[in-house]
Amino acid sequence: MRDLSFGALCVWRRNLESWLPFLGSFLVAALGNPLLNLGAIGYGLGRFVTAIDGMPYPAFLAPGLLAATAMYSASFEATFGAYTRLAEQHTYTAILVTPCSVADVVVGDALWAATKGLFSTTVLLAVAAVLGLVPHPLAVAVPAVAFLTGLCFAALGLAVTARAPSYAFFDYYFTLGIGVMFFFSGVFFPLASLPGWAQGLAWCLPLTHAAALCRALVRGDLSPVLLGHLAWLGVVTFLALLLAERLVRRRLIV
Amino acid sequence: MSRLTAERSIRAMAIVEVEGLRKLYGERVAVADVGFRVEAGECVGLLGPNGAGKTTVIKMLLGLSPPSAGTVRLFGCVLCAATARTIRSQIGVVQQEDSLDPDLSVERNLAVWATYYGIAVREASRRADAMVRFAALEDRRHARIKTLSGGMRRRLMLARALMNDPSLLVLDEPTTGLDPQARRLVWERIRQLKRAGTTILLTTHYMDEAAQLCDRLVIVDGGRIVAEGAPGALIAEWVGAEVVEVYLPEQDGERLAQRLAAGPWRSEQVGEVVYVYLRDAGMEPALRELIDGAEFAHRCATLEDVFLRLTGHSLRE
Repeated sequence: MRDLSFGALCVWRRNLESWLPFLGSFLVAALGNPLLNLGAIGYGLGRFVTAIDGMPYPAFLAPGLLAATAMYSASFEATFGAYTRLAEQHTYTAILVTPCSVADVVVGDALWAATKGLFSTTVLLAVAAVLGLVPHPLAVAVPAVAFLTGLCFAALGLAVTARAPSYAFFDYYFTLGIGVMFFFSGVFFPLASLPGWAQGLAWCLPLTHAAALCRALVRGDLSPVLLGHLAWLGVVTFLALLLAERLVRRRLIV
Repeated sequence: MSRLTAERSIRAMAIVEVEGLRKLYGERVAVADVGFRVEAGECVGLLGPNGAGKTTVIKMLLGLSPPSAGTVRLFGCVLCAATARTIRSQIGVVQQEDSLDPDLSVERNLAVWATYYGIAVREASRRADAMVRFAALEDRRHARIKTLSGGMRRRLMLARALMNDPSLLVLDEPTTGLDPQARRLVWERIRQLKRAGTTILLTTHYMDEAAQLCDRLVIVDGGRIVAEGAPGALIAEWVGAEVVEVYLPEQDGERLAQRLAAGPWRSEQVGEVVYVYLRDAGMEPALRELIDGAEFAHRCATLEDVFLRLTGHSLRE
């Protein structure tokens, strides 16, 4: 990781440029999936749910979905997208003959996946604001949290991608990793309703901290605890990036 | 980079200097003690059958595969983690597999590539424009990669490798899989670069390619160098001036083979054919008399004869 350079930004730029033609399908996915969740679960199922912490259910769910959207968007890009570049198109191997290093490629790809997380969350944030689910102006900081969340899941995804023998491998990751986090990180219900041991486990999951951050910003609840959430996300991101770089190096430099 | 240039002008050093290079994959020896030099302005070919270790040598040369032993010196600098970035910034590479960016158009493939070398966006598009012409792809500049033919892709790979104006061009099997017309166009472009004084290291298993393009050849087999020299000198040293291929008749073929093997010339039997290597031009009467009545072909010695003599006639898989 010591040989990180501006090359990472070139890799980021390359990904941005190759993605721009697909902006239309991206917007459909970025709007569609969370809106389905918000509509069916927030407004549909939510009618049978009493207010949580004084919030109607859609208002509780929306900030959690902002975090989960960043997670999903970055995770897809860092697994299926990155695997295509790593194993199918030889994009990484090609770039490595230029002055760009493995660290540049990994960090560039992670920054790109994080950017997609930021885009997805920002689109949803705008929609949530229109629906009146964003009561506090501090919510303008949500995209920054989405970027960090995206970076964290991008790094984790890239580490998985580096070891993946085929696309099918990601079924494990999305079911056992991302799927579990989606349902048990305080997105759909407060962690307090879980048994104590499960709460302890849930607090280890990065999405728990991302969801808590988004919820606090949307409601304007500033407190020092937020720094703890940020720190945890930051530490997981940093370690996952180190791991991803090692594993990608091991795969490509043989 | 200026430091590298300055150092080079102080003592006229080789562009590439490889010493005792070894690569082990577990127990398997892929490359064993390979050493060679490429001087400035030279075109050197690494020639060898499939699996000889050519691509592994190239990968070690680019820092994409750590050697098990030995040193690589490029532009006078020992290749290591600290120098790899500077060294690679001065090399242009055409890899064996198609590694063009399928997500970008022809022109953008070139321009985006330039940014990896830290070339500013405006300069990158200027060079891309020139290189589209070099690759003879003017009318395909906005085309997607998957719509290009194999020959067009290779030309684009070559053009891409030139975007950083490299001091050394590394071509790993630049024409494998191309039809004869497409190969000739790629050769023409490589010759154009040679004339301009570009230093080139290429790998190939095509004899005609090696003979046409290379000033000097390094023949590798089983991870080792088996011969080295200019194409003409290699032919003279290992084969001679001419070759007579004698096709053994069904009747008495065995006896003819024995008599040919006993003659005062070098010969080699491969299946039903005996190759007689003649040091000087012209068939001596004794040989002519011996093969009188048999089917034979009398021709000039080629690099292919050298290659087959050195690396054997058996199939490599």
